Amino acid sequence: MASRKEGSGAAGGGFGAAKGKGKAAAAGDSAVKQVQIDGLVVLKIIKHYQEEGQGNEVVQGVLLGLVVDDRLEITNCFPFPQHTEDDADFDEVQYQMEMMRSLRHVNIDHLHVGWYQSTYYGSFVTRALLDSQFSYQHAIEESVVLIYDPIKTAQGSLSLKAYRLTPKLMEVCKEKDFSPEALKKANIAYENMFEEVPIVIKNSYLINVMLWELEKKSGVADRHELLSLASSNHLGKSLQLLMDRVDEMSQDIVKYNTYLRNVSKQQQQKHQYQQRRQQENIQRQSRGEPPLPEEDINKLFKPPQPPPRMESLLIAGQINTYCQNIKEFNAQNLGKLFMAQALQDYNN
Amino acid sequence: PAAPAPPPAAPLSAALSGPFPGGRVVRLHPVVLASIVDSFERRNEGAARVIGTLLGSVDKHSVEVTNCFSVPHNESEDEVAVDMEFAKNMYELHKKVSPSEIILGWYATGHDITEHSVLIHEYYSREAHNPIHLTVDTSLQNSRMSIKAYVSAPMGVPGKTMGVMFTPLTVKYVYYDTERIGVDLIMKTCFSPNRVIGLSSDLQQVGSASARIQDTLTMVLQYAEDVLSGKVAADNTVGRFLMDLINQVPKISPEDFETMLNSNINDLLMVTYLANLTQSQIALNEKLLSL
Repeated sequence: MASRKEGSGAAGGGFGAAKGKGKAAAAGDSAVKQVQIDGLVVLKIIKHYQEEGQGNEVVQGVLLGLVVDDRLEITNCFPFPQHTEDDADFDEVQYQMEMMRSLRHVNIDHLHVGWYQSTYYGSFVTRALLDSQFSYQHAIEESVVLIYDPIKTAQGSLSLKAYRLTPKLMEVCKEKDFSPEALKKANIAYENMFEEVPIVIKNSYLINVMLWELEKKSGVADRHELLSLASSNHLGKSLQLLMDRVDEMSQDIVKYNTYLRNVSKQQQQKHQYQQRRQQENIQRQSRGEPPLPEEDINKLFKPPQPPPRMESLLIAGQINTYCQNIKEFNAQNLGKLFMAQALQDYNN
Repeated sequence: PAAPAPPPAAPLSAALSGPFPGGRVVRLHPVVLASIVDSFERRNEGAARVIGTLLGSVDKHSVEVTNCFSVPHNESEDEVAVDMEFAKNMYELHKKVSPSEIILGWYATGHDITEHSVLIHEYYSREAHNPIHLTVDTSLQNSRMSIKAYVSAPMGVPGKTMGVMFTPLTVKYVYYDTERIGVDLIMKTCFSPNRVIGLSSDLQQVGSASARIQDTLTMVLQYAEDVLSGKVAADNTVGRFLMDLINQVPKISPEDFETMLNSNINDLLMVTYLANLTQSQIALNEKLLSL
């Protein structure tokens, strides 16, 4: 068992930081190399979405576990209620504190190590997620966000991914400076915003025994969604989302271009103004009058606001995720179609 | 198994507050079992078993158990104490997430019903109407983890000491589709040496799914051959199922099939091309911006 150091429960947080034996992460290196999830957590997440998350709502919850060396072990989780407007006096922090206190009584690991969220067709790269993950990672270094894709899972294979913010992005978020210059300095592209951590699933022996029991008692699964050849519905929706994002991206690019044009126009104007000033001064000198006072150029020409770059980074990241998902889906379907073709050829 | 009582008389169904809600079938979700086993593994030193509350819903024909949480309790030779305050609190918290789940009964690990179970069952009768009791045998008697459900019925001769009898119910396992897929995946840890599996890539999944279908087809073929050669008696229902199976394969002429296949493949290739194009576009954009 790794030794755990509990941070003092702050009023608004109460996260306990669990550090493994000694190994501090090297600067620029990520603290977590692998995420190990108990089968129980997977089942709970699936059940939570299935029962409470129909429609476009995302469901969220908290992950509990501990850190062992460079592996994050997630041993339990509990769901968060949906945000409803008629629940104005619902206190999230209080719910969390009570839940964790109760779970502690029954010996469940009560240390926060991350959170999970469901996603709709892979669209999870949003500002909200970034902010939440940043505050989690700031408080607990090893935390991850688990993204569960129920639609992809319903198609035949469990889709669960663990993400963390890269150390570079953490730095930028800490500064809260999202201007183009700062981002250029930090050298962040949309590819190194999030890093994916590989997941393994682990069960204890007793759970394995129980699974054998289940296997014996339940029949064979009668739906084989994974081998279904119909793909156009899913593709259509994914492409629709992709098109929306690309539209947003192009709008963002237009905004940025206008900004650049404004900046260069302003430069020209400043240049002209300075030249005129100089000419006037020369004329005045030739006439023997005192030169005009130097005016502060910046007060005359207010520099335009650079648009925040975080939005476009997020959109680029989201587009990237969509494209990745589409390509994976396509590869799978091409395989299936070729198999069908081979079977048909064999029969003829 | 009956609690200590005078010679059993016919169960007084009139004394029951109405028939068992929802018939005699208990539908259990796998997440409940996993939770129970997990709390058993985390039990306190010296505790022989763990107990907890079962949550779910009742409908006309059955009781569906979808969730559970463990409740701390102390058991010794002559007395038992259950932290009901804790149970109430936890139930409130759970209700915030799933308002439709109600208390259905309670569970205990272990392979038999003890006298303490009767007492605990009485506690729970105050919370739920005719609670059910689930036992999960974690001590693995007979090398099986038997999972049984009971409902209680009073018995005894009226006027004299009354006892309680636990009548067994049928347990069925139900899954949501996604749950089934999740369980199938988690089950793979049974086969790996250190009980750890990674999530496989997409083509691997297609491969394993086709392997499974292949296995089932071989089984069916084997059965058909056995029947033909007389080794196994023919069964009409199975024969009808097989007939349906064969008839489900659609009859398409080879040319039509070719065209369908090709158009699908073309669609997929085009979409992959577009996705790659978009990705290179945003990469270019990134490079331009950082100039």
